[in-house]
Amino acid sequence: MAKKISIDPITRLEGHGKIEIFLDDDGNVKNAYLQVPELKGFEQFCVGRPVEELARITPRICGVCPTTHHMCSTKALDAVYHVKPTETALKLRRLIYDAFMAEDHLLHFFFLGGPDFVVGPNAPAGERNILGVIGKVGVEIGKKVIDMRRRLRSIITHLGGRVIHPVCGLPGGISKGLAEDQRQAFLKVAKDSVEFSKFCLQVFNDIVLKNDTYLDLIVGDIFQHQTYYMGLVDENNKEDLYDGMVRVVDPTGKEYVKFAGKDYLDHIVEHVEPWSYIKFPYLKNVGWKGFEDGIDSGVYRVAPLARLNVADGMKTPLAQAEYEKMFETLGKPSHHTLAFHWARLIEVMYVCEEMVQLLEDKFITNPDIRNLPTETPDEGVGVIEAPRGTLFHHYKTDENGMVSGVNLIVATVNNSAAISMSIAKAAKNLIKNGKVDDGLLNMVEMAFRPYDPCLACATHSLPGKMPLIVNIRDKNREIIKKIKRD
Amino acid sequence: MKDKKLTIVTFLCNWCSYEGADKAGNARLECPANVRVIKVMCSGRVEPQFVIQAFKEGASGVLILGCHPGDCHYKKGNYKTIRRVNLLKKTLKQFGIEQDRVRLDWVSASEGEKFAKVANEMAETIKQLGPLSELNILEGVDYAEA
Amino acid sequence: MPKPKVAFYWCASCGGCEEAIVDLNEDILKVVELVDIVFWPCAMDFKYQDVRDMEDKEITVAFINGAIRTDEQEEMAKLLRKKSLLVVAFGACSHLGGIPGLANFWDRKTIFESSYGKGCPSVDNPDFVVPQTVTEVPEGELELPAFHNTVKSLDQVIDVDYYLPGCSPAPYLTMQAIEAILSGELPEKGTVLAPEKTLCDVCDRNETKPEKMSISQIKRISEVIADPEKCFLAEGIICLGPITRAGCTEEGSGRCITANMPCRGCYGPPTEVKDVGGKMISALASILGLENEENMSDEDVEKLMNQVVDPAGYFYRFSLPTSLLRRKRMNNPAKEDK
Repeated sequence: MAKKISIDPITRLEGHGKIEIFLDDDGNVKNAYLQVPELKGFEQFCVGRPVEELARITPRICGVCPTTHHMCSTKALDAVYHVKPTETALKLRRLIYDAFMAEDHLLHFFFLGGPDFVVGPNAPAGERNILGVIGKVGVEIGKKVIDMRRRLRSIITHLGGRVIHPVCGLPGGISKGLAEDQRQAFLKVAKDSVEFSKFCLQVFNDIVLKNDTYLDLIVGDIFQHQTYYMGLVDENNKEDLYDGMVRVVDPTGKEYVKFAGKDYLDHIVEHVEPWSYIKFPYLKNVGWKGFEDGIDSGVYRVAPLARLNVADGMKTPLAQAEYEKMFETLGKPSHHTLAFHWARLIEVMYVCEEMVQLLEDKFITNPDIRNLPTETPDEGVGVIEAPRGTLFHHYKTDENGMVSGVNLIVATVNNSAAISMSIAKAAKNLIKNGKVDDGLLNMVEMAFRPYDPCLACATHSLPGKMPLIVNIRDKNREIIKKIKRD
Repeated sequence: MKDKKLTIVTFLCNWCSYEGADKAGNARLECPANVRVIKVMCSGRVEPQFVIQAFKEGASGVLILGCHPGDCHYKKGNYKTIRRVNLLKKTLKQFGIEQDRVRLDWVSASEGEKFAKVANEMAETIKQLGPLSELNILEGVDYAEA
Repeated sequence: MPKPKVAFYWCASCGGCEEAIVDLNEDILKVVELVDIVFWPCAMDFKYQDVRDMEDKEITVAFINGAIRTDEQEEMAKLLRKKSLLVVAFGACSHLGGIPGLANFWDRKTIFESSYGKGCPSVDNPDFVVPQTVTEVPEGELELPAFHNTVKSLDQVIDVDYYLPGCSPAPYLTMQAIEAILSGELPEKGTVLAPEKTLCDVCDRNETKPEKMSISQIKRISEVIADPEKCFLAEGIICLGPITRAGCTEEGSGRCITANMPCRGCYGPPTEVKDVGGKMISALASILGLENEENMSDEDVEKLMNQVVDPAGYFYRFSLPTSLLRRKRMNNPAKEDK
């Protein structure tokens, strides 16, 4: 009797999601689907608005990474108005953006993805959360994490007005500058954050890399996909998060294409399925071959591991050393999905180092933070690397700057095909002959969590449980078995 | 308002247009039956929120009649009305409510004939436009439409 | 004595309100000592069935954020209402409809077209495949919740006890609300748990307002470099301070003002106001062109008012679903200017 296993809702994800796993008559997995059961319609309801307001509307796509939408939108505004930000404005935008990347990545590592490693995949379910992490690394460190994030977020609050949905971005610059006393205060935060990144990488090294079981899990086949990778790089092909060219490498690591963000439509197409509200982007010139690996399938991945795969190196010294170490261990390109967690920490190091560089430059307090637009607005694309992947904001306006069309390709969405594939592969490898147990639940979650699917919302204290219910239904949707993990 | 179809909620100011309407009545001039009068002290009292409320309650049109500019009993009330109604009409257009459904005009205390003329014109305009469509909050799942 | 149970749920939400809870920082540790969090899909793995298995009113308070956009969200709101003593609408989306409410200027058909069809330049979908509530796949059937035609606020589908406004609510207000709930010292049902003043009342730039405010020209924030100390409206920059509830900062000017950007009204209106747009139209139109009002011809007025581009989008940015009109009339498209 064929069965369907539902995990609904999957949790610790931005927005809502559910996983449906179909078993054949022998109890082996035929296929698994990740369904996203919601849509909001930003691309439509931004039409008719003054284009500069989009920098204040689009952050509401995601309240965990609003800064990324705000910055990408601001860059799109620069493009629409054909105006460049002042040098100081550019530095300030990068500063805000680096602070945001750091605090967002740290949140994911300690509260969401990290527990899978710091505590371990075989640890009791009740320990695979921040409490378990604190148990391993100590309460003092736990408080330090909260404090570090708060200090980083205060940089965004100060310059952006508010940290959830910041507002300072304008075409040609930003709305508020940095005073000297604040520069010094933030420089201290940045330097402390570099030290903190060193600590995080040390934790990862001691607890994960030195543990053979975990290492086997990372390099094993269950969590691997040979896909294309996409990320932004600067003129030296080093990783850049705020700006650059979009570079794509094929599954062998060779550069497949490099293009400017404004040409994204020549390279990316979205596939639609009737069973999910989310779309599935793929490489246009390779084509949609379904949810498949390999050089002939247009599926590509984004976000930390992808970005490191795409780049020839990191711009800052400590991050570069870590980058080299990771690829020495895993080979380049690394197809190991679980290595997203490692790559994420290397990126934290990079942005913290970059923040120090930006804040050591006194020019960042210069009052010239805005170039007023002089050209007639028409059309523009902003591209940026969100924590969760490459983000495109494409706006069209009339000659008065009133929006006539919007197209968005939003970070995690680039990974939607890959996430589906990861879940299906994990399920197929782990559920055999109808046996469904705790291991399934752990592994299925571990298959999507490395992608940090947008909402990395954590609490500072969980009640020690990560309960999960799996309902197994027969064809008539009667529940025939219930597995509960408390 | 029992019969909500084609109702024209009409705001008349105490000092001018209400008197004008009265005059029209006394002279037995033909006036449309679907004009429902609300007396206010000044056309400047007519808040945009009143007009929006009228449409929400099912009115098909709103008519605002005040003193001629320069003659306002409170000196400058009607000047503000001009600007408010203009901005209101632009906003209502974004809600799918045609600008002609709101009309601002001036009727002095002696202008019975003007009142009748304006009221009848408004009735005809609204008749052409038809009733304001029902608030259409489609519940449910009709994907066939998508 | 068992600890009171607390639930958090998100409907059509961006997750910013979940982050707002996280931004309680150390205070959340205090909270967790006093309550049991029994449901929080963004952060914990309790499932819908856990809520269904609870007794009615077993949950002391449910904080629900997000607007109502789909069947699933409406069902969950109703379920949590049943299982909870108190329901707090948390954040602008559940309070007023929020940014997702802007979709009420359109309908499902148009939104689907712009996401999946001819309105979308990056999609390859010649057969216009759109999400379905039920899909047959080779292995069986998959279901999705229905996408409503109109966005609603939380109190348009269930009875709501209190509101915490803001996009997103300030942590200090959230903490005050939690303390009030735990101590039982709550105001009248239906109260918005934030100050009664407007932003203008508390704004640092108040003193720079002239005796008589008259604007001769509207300036869009993209076209100018705003003076960091002067009242935005006095300078001709649209700011919703007069119609917006104060509270987004514990003292001083609002959050956006401190970044030298005008207010867009995310805290919603003060208590007596039913329709944000109606009031703002009145306020703005009164001061626009005030200086010269006796000498303006109809054309002058038209030209002046045309400077307010997208009035509905400015004034109903966060509150469209709870405005008097609630949405655009789709069967009655506006005829061209007559």
